[in-house]
Amino acid sequence: MSVGLNHYLILSAILFSIGLYGALGRRNAIVVLMSIELMLNAANIALIAFSRYVASAQLAGQAFALFVIIVAAAEAVVALAIIMTVYRSRKTVEVDRINLLKW
Amino acid sequence: MAFDFVFWVLAVIAVASALLVVLLRNIFRAALAMILCFTVIAGLYVTLGADFLAVVQVLIYVGAISILIILAIMLTRDVWQAGRASVVGPVAAIAFFLFGGALVIGLSRSRWPAYTPPNLPPGEGTSASLGFEIFSRSGFVLPLLISAAMLLAAVIGALFLIRDE
Repeated sequence: MSVGLNHYLILSAILFSIGLYGALGRRNAIVVLMSIELMLNAANIALIAFSRYVASAQLAGQAFALFVIIVAAAEAVVALAIIMTVYRSRKTVEVDRINLLKW
Repeated sequence: MAFDFVFWVLAVIAVASALLVVLLRNIFRAALAMILCFTVIAGLYVTLGADFLAVVQVLIYVGAISILIILAIMLTRDVWQAGRASVVGPVAAIAFFLFGGALVIGLSRSRWPAYTPPNLPPGEGTSASLGFEIFSRSGFVLPLLISAAMLLAAVIGALFLIRDE
């Protein structure tokens, strides 16, 4: 069976699940951020695969992927600024120790 | 056949490096595995005929975001090693298997109206047609302007957050 749309979608699903595991299960906030970037990349693979195999005449899927990359860049900047601020005031980046707002 | 071989090699490396990102205890090595994963995903974009997005992936993810993350790891140096066992680890593993299994089973049984796409003519990338797609009258001009404003707001917000009082 030659490689087609389903192969890319399943690869995207596997990468997304791995990112979900990292975002839920790891405690270091930087690892959580890296896992979120993995999930965004998995979504990008699915978008570009659909753009290639379903609507190859128009490139709307690639345009969406471009916007996902833009938003991911902004998200990384803000998230790392928040992590640095929390580290400066609480001397930790472990998400289960950042519980100031927990009742 | 050569295309299939390239896809399988890239897919195996991508999944393996993604697993290293979430499983390695040393988060600096996890960041290096993440850079490998991003580079391999750029290669996957090339196999999908998205040359411009592959270059953007290398520029932004491999170039910029990875450097930001490594800088953050360096500035929070004394917490490189995660020692304590995670409380929610088993829950996350269960979520991983349930969600991933459901996605993979559902996707492998689905039948999309897919066709074998024509190859791009040699010497002609997707940059020009992607530009027409974004800047045409029914395109993405307003989202592009909004994302520019959002990037400016993100930079100003980050500077505001990490400023010294």
